[in-house]
Amino acid sequence: MLKTFPKGGVHPAENKMAATAEIQSLPLPKQVVIPLAQHIGAPAQAVVKRGDVVKTGTLIAKAGGFVSANIHSSVSGKVKKIDNVLDSSGYKKPSVIIDVDGDEWEENIDRDPAVIKDLSKTPEEIKQKIMDGGIVGLGGATFPTHVKLSVPEGKTIDHIVINAVECEPYLTADHRVMLEKAHEIMIGTSLIMKATAVNKAIIGIENNKPDAIELLSKIAKEYQGIEIVALKVQYPQGGEKQLIKAVLDREVPSGGLPLDVGCVVQNVGTAIAVYEAVQKNKPLIERVVTVTGKSVKKPINLMVRIGTSANELIEAAGGLPEDTGKVVNGGPMMGKAVSDTDVPVTKGTSGILIFNQKESKRTKVYNCIRCARCTFVCPQGLEAFNLKNIAESNDWEKLENEHVMDCIECGSCSYTCPAGVPLLDYIRLGKSTVSQIIRSRKN
Amino acid sequence: MDDLTIVLLTLATLSGLGIILALILYFVAQKFNVVEDPRIDEVEELLPGANCGGCGYPGCRGFAEACVTTDNLDAFYCPVGGNDLMKTVANALGAEVSEKDPQVAVVKCQGSPEHRKEIREYDGPQSCAIAHSLFGGTTNCANGCLGLGECVEVCTFDAIHMNPETNLPEVVEDACTACGACIDACPRDIIELRNVGKKSRRIYVSCINTDKGAPAKKACDVACIGCGKCVKICPFDAITLENNLAYIDYEKCKLCRKCVTECPTNAIVELNFPPRKPKAEKPAEKKAPKTEDNAKKVIAADKTEESKPNTNQE
Amino acid sequence: MNKLNVSLSPHVKNKDSVPKIMYGVIIALIPALLVSVYFFGLDALRVQAIAIVSCILFEWLIQKFLIKGQNTIPDGSAALTGMLLAFNVPANLPWWIMVIGALVAIGVGKMSFGGLGKNPFNPALVGRVFMLISFPVQMTSWPKVSVLNFTGIDAATGATPLAIMKEGLANGEKVSDIMNSMPTSLVDMMTGQMGGSLGEISAIALLIGGIYMLWKKIITIHIPLSIFASIVLFTGIMNLINPGAYAGPAFHLLTGGVMLGAIFMATDMVTSPMSKKGMWIYGIGIGVITVAIRVWGAYPEGISFAILIMNGFVPLINNSMKPKLFGVVKEKK
Repeated sequence: MLKTFPKGGVHPAENKMAATAEIQSLPLPKQVVIPLAQHIGAPAQAVVKRGDVVKTGTLIAKAGGFVSANIHSSVSGKVKKIDNVLDSSGYKKPSVIIDVDGDEWEENIDRDPAVIKDLSKTPEEIKQKIMDGGIVGLGGATFPTHVKLSVPEGKTIDHIVINAVECEPYLTADHRVMLEKAHEIMIGTSLIMKATAVNKAIIGIENNKPDAIELLSKIAKEYQGIEIVALKVQYPQGGEKQLIKAVLDREVPSGGLPLDVGCVVQNVGTAIAVYEAVQKNKPLIERVVTVTGKSVKKPINLMVRIGTSANELIEAAGGLPEDTGKVVNGGPMMGKAVSDTDVPVTKGTSGILIFNQKESKRTKVYNCIRCARCTFVCPQGLEAFNLKNIAESNDWEKLENEHVMDCIECGSCSYTCPAGVPLLDYIRLGKSTVSQIIRSRKN
Repeated sequence: MDDLTIVLLTLATLSGLGIILALILYFVAQKFNVVEDPRIDEVEELLPGANCGGCGYPGCRGFAEACVTTDNLDAFYCPVGGNDLMKTVANALGAEVSEKDPQVAVVKCQGSPEHRKEIREYDGPQSCAIAHSLFGGTTNCANGCLGLGECVEVCTFDAIHMNPETNLPEVVEDACTACGACIDACPRDIIELRNVGKKSRRIYVSCINTDKGAPAKKACDVACIGCGKCVKICPFDAITLENNLAYIDYEKCKLCRKCVTECPTNAIVELNFPPRKPKAEKPAEKKAPKTEDNAKKVIAADKTEESKPNTNQE
Repeated sequence: MNKLNVSLSPHVKNKDSVPKIMYGVIIALIPALLVSVYFFGLDALRVQAIAIVSCILFEWLIQKFLIKGQNTIPDGSAALTGMLLAFNVPANLPWWIMVIGALVAIGVGKMSFGGLGKNPFNPALVGRVFMLISFPVQMTSWPKVSVLNFTGIDAATGATPLAIMKEGLANGEKVSDIMNSMPTSLVDMMTGQMGGSLGEISAIALLIGGIYMLWKKIITIHIPLSIFASIVLFTGIMNLINPGAYAGPAFHLLTGGVMLGAIFMATDMVTSPMSKKGMWIYGIGIGVITVAIRVWGAYPEGISFAILIMNGFVPLINNSMKPKLFGVVKEKK
């Protein structure tokens, strides 16, 4: 029996069309737009101004607080302006716009593809390099990695869990990375282990990627303390809490963090970014993005510089199909529908999904028939129908008592609802209102 | 037992039970009796009973409870009843109260489909708050009205309606009590409470777009582009410009209407003024002496005729 | 290019929908319908047709003229209610009673609460119980089964096995004697050759429908299983204690409306609990109340009342039987 998390979950059609497409580098764009807020936490503060000449890897914005991340130029060229530009949040956000001119890198970045296995750096050095490199979680949540690796006083951790589940349908970026950069993942994981003084790591991979499981299991023997665990395909296994439950059978307490059960979870992509930042001095300036969809001519996995317009990625995948109805930044279950195809790729962009007209429309909404399927599929044991009703009646206090803050917004409830009720829309609204109330109470 | 005995017995038992229970009830009521200021009931009688919360208290009774605790009612105001009601309440309580200017809600957006092109679609619940959390809107204006009518839903007085043609809410001035429910409901702060003004005449900037001029104008024909012309022409320093957006202070505005003619995008709206004299004449700023009851608001330099929010009640 | 559609995640949806569920249940009812036609002839079809048409008509009228909402007929719930209602009446029921029953089921049982999904009680059962109380004679004169009789109305009526049992026990006879004198054997009860309501007679046909619904994931096993288990356990114990005065579990399972009730009526999503724990309690409650009514009550059959009574408890069950939250138990330790 393959391991998985026990409660709830759904299994949407996988549609991993791009799984066999090797990662290609997208040619340099003419212009990049780098938003200053592309991670969770305080936006970064720009340190360049209009007319400045930057190289690839130059720091252009400094972390705006502890929970924040540095941002580096992904190209070399001239800063055109700093202006508000529409990004995938649906709003205009302050961004640095750089006109590309050649591809000159900062001197200290090692661009030699040879793998460096040396693990002699001290934990402090590793953490410092991760922080300087502006590494954030690449699974989509974009939480600054250096914050996650700073274990607070009084907490001990014994396991690093590497999230290679890629439970979102359609997306294949992590899958390809595992096949093409296996050693980098292992070294990155080892560096994370060293930085947190942990000697055990588990890489959880869903069973729909047998080639990746095989390859990683084979080379894992060369590295100490890394174990590969194959998992049953089940969404949302990529959720931190579900993944820890699946691989270690530990339950993160309600309202708690993985730290509370001795774990730190990192995405595979992040492990590679850590490797590159520590061993090669390369900040987070590019990432792998899957461009796919049923009508897309050429589903593809691309290595893309941060700030490239999604339009260019779509062009590389054969152009925007005629019947496009919706473009999503991220996976189909948790990604964000963009307002325009001209939005920049950010650190959190794991995929560009293109839905046709028919797929993009929501189904007709009927009355709730109390079938309770939303509660059966909720991995957190919440009653979605109930939360939705409470949120709709604006009873925020009751909503908080019903543990709305435990919702991980995986979307299993809306996915399952036969009445087509947009449960998560209301719950998410309720959750953000309640979290504001909680914040204002603390102050 | 014959039938009569049964009937009598039943009667006796039930009466006895009734008396005992009545006694219990009486003593319990005595024991748990809460002594309440009788004036609370009196004040509550006077209040409109709409429980709209516009006074800031939980319902009319909450307001009444708060009112009886003080001698000076200046900090209290029932937007529904207005000054007259507050005077009555003050008289009843022997307290003092000063008059407040009556207010009315105005919708500060003119982005009808004619002015603001729809370039994308929204698919989801009819909730402004949810749409606001998702994106800037179906047009290029990320500040303006989303048109999903949450303000209409929360209005207890049926004083705000969606106009299906403009897809914007319109305030029914006579019904609006300025309770502020729509203002809380709007996630984008489009609705503002402004003084009703003399003869209900008001001038305000009907836009909240903070974008720079060019993108603002591109998104919407009637956006405030932050050009500052109105600020310069205003003789009373009533207009301020912040974040590319002009704002008219209703306390300072003397309703001269100079800004309305000056605005290049017709973003400044005048309400309930008599029609202007033909353009050829010098714009006389004196208010017309006679009031025309059916006077409708006119946007200055009227090029676009019919597309404004806030028409008077029909 | 088309306008982009913007909405919140998730952007995919499984293929399930309310009409699919409703029509799934209707498909599951077809075997039992065929059996009823086989045993009761065209009468069964007539009653079915009247019930379905009048349920749809009443829902349409109420929706159009009273509620003024959108047309809800295509979701299939009205047709399903009509079908279940007809399953619960004798095949020779006069048409006007059927129409009144449909009006009560749809009008009182469903639409007065706001339509699909808002009714606390199973509408078909509301209609059925109303008819049973208002027209006790017509509702309990069961036509005799006769194989493929399409010639016309069969005037002969007979009692259900449950009624025979109840009467026999009241006269002081022993269970084994009653069983022997009964015209139907347990095998007949399985196939449907017994007196009873239109759709409840064949246990096998109903079970086939139930298995279809389980396979299609329209229902879960919890409610039917807990009803069956509690009936078996309850009657089994009583039968062991006094085999002369209490019939055995097989008899109780196969007669009356237990199969129909447990598989199709109690599992109605709208009126059943929403957590698995709650479903167990609900099912056990139905089983126990059914047996209690059958053994000690005035009516020979009790499952309709049992389901309605437990329907009333559903809000309470829902409130007290919440699913276990992820990560909450640890916190308490």
